[in-house]
Amino acid sequence: MRARIRITLKHGVLDPQGKAIENALASLGFKGVNDVRQGKYIEVDLAEKDEGKARELVEQICKELLANTVIENYAYELVPA
Amino acid sequence: MQASVVVFPGSNCDRDVKVAIEKITGAKVNMLWHADNAVPQTDLIVLPGGFAYGDYLRTGAMAAHSPIMRDVVAKAKAGTPVLGICNGFQVLCESGLLPGVLMRNASLKFVCRDVRIKVERTDTPFTKAYARGEIIRIPVAHGDGNYFADTATLDALEKEGRVVFRYVDREGEPTPASNPNGSQRNIAGICDERRRVVGLMPHPERLFEPLLGGTDGRKMFESVVASLVH
Repeated sequence: MRARIRITLKHGVLDPQGKAIENALASLGFKGVNDVRQGKYIEVDLAEKDEGKARELVEQICKELLANTVIENYAYELVPA
Repeated sequence: MQASVVVFPGSNCDRDVKVAIEKITGAKVNMLWHADNAVPQTDLIVLPGGFAYGDYLRTGAMAAHSPIMRDVVAKAKAGTPVLGICNGFQVLCESGLLPGVLMRNASLKFVCRDVRIKVERTDTPFTKAYARGEIIRIPVAHGDGNYFADTATLDALEKEGRVVFRYVDREGEPTPASNPNGSQRNIAGICDERRRVVGLMPHPERLFEPLLGGTDGRKMFESVVASLVH
């Protein structure tokens, strides 16, 4: 089973890198871009076959290491490896 | 006096800290590798600056989970003074010993220059030798020094007197212009509830003797000696 994990900055947390990308898009002439937020995408291959147990494991992995929940949210989906 | 400096792969201020501690306090300094499991008997632990584990994932995130950190956390909770400088501050936040997180500088630029900070608290093992409200000149060198915590945490830090250092101007005012990285409330350094664990972004070890251009960082290490005596 494979976990596709997305980590994003919480609302209200300043994202200077997203702002820099937004400014770069504007300077390239792209119109109509209201806002840009940058995050991370992480794929984790799991030996676990049981979906419930896999979810438990991914939750733990996200909380303990992959996301800093002071500033970040995480979301994930499980797909066949 | 015995001191311990933790060396992570990617630490680069570890030798500077060792020399500073030796010259200022006369302590014997043990260099501890990140993969060690135990911190030997010590009066002081320093987590130095650098880019531990290449700052992979988030600054300090991997280092906070390295084997030596389990005992650093245990020793800190038992009352051993712990100082985290720059990357060391980031590791302390990621390890949960200090609240909040250090984010990318608001300017997105690496900042390497002298700044002014005000020593707001002298009731920690690292600030005892300063005068309360003393303004010191001290170098910063970081790309991720933008202190962030939610409003409730920031209010609690202020209420409990745990903001130890703040970026200020010549007059001692925490102005936006004197803030090198966008830190909330100009916070440069904080301590834990028990006031034994201190983290700050500036580098006291880079300004401890005239040859280095100044001595304003010296008292941070003299403070440890003073606090051990009492």
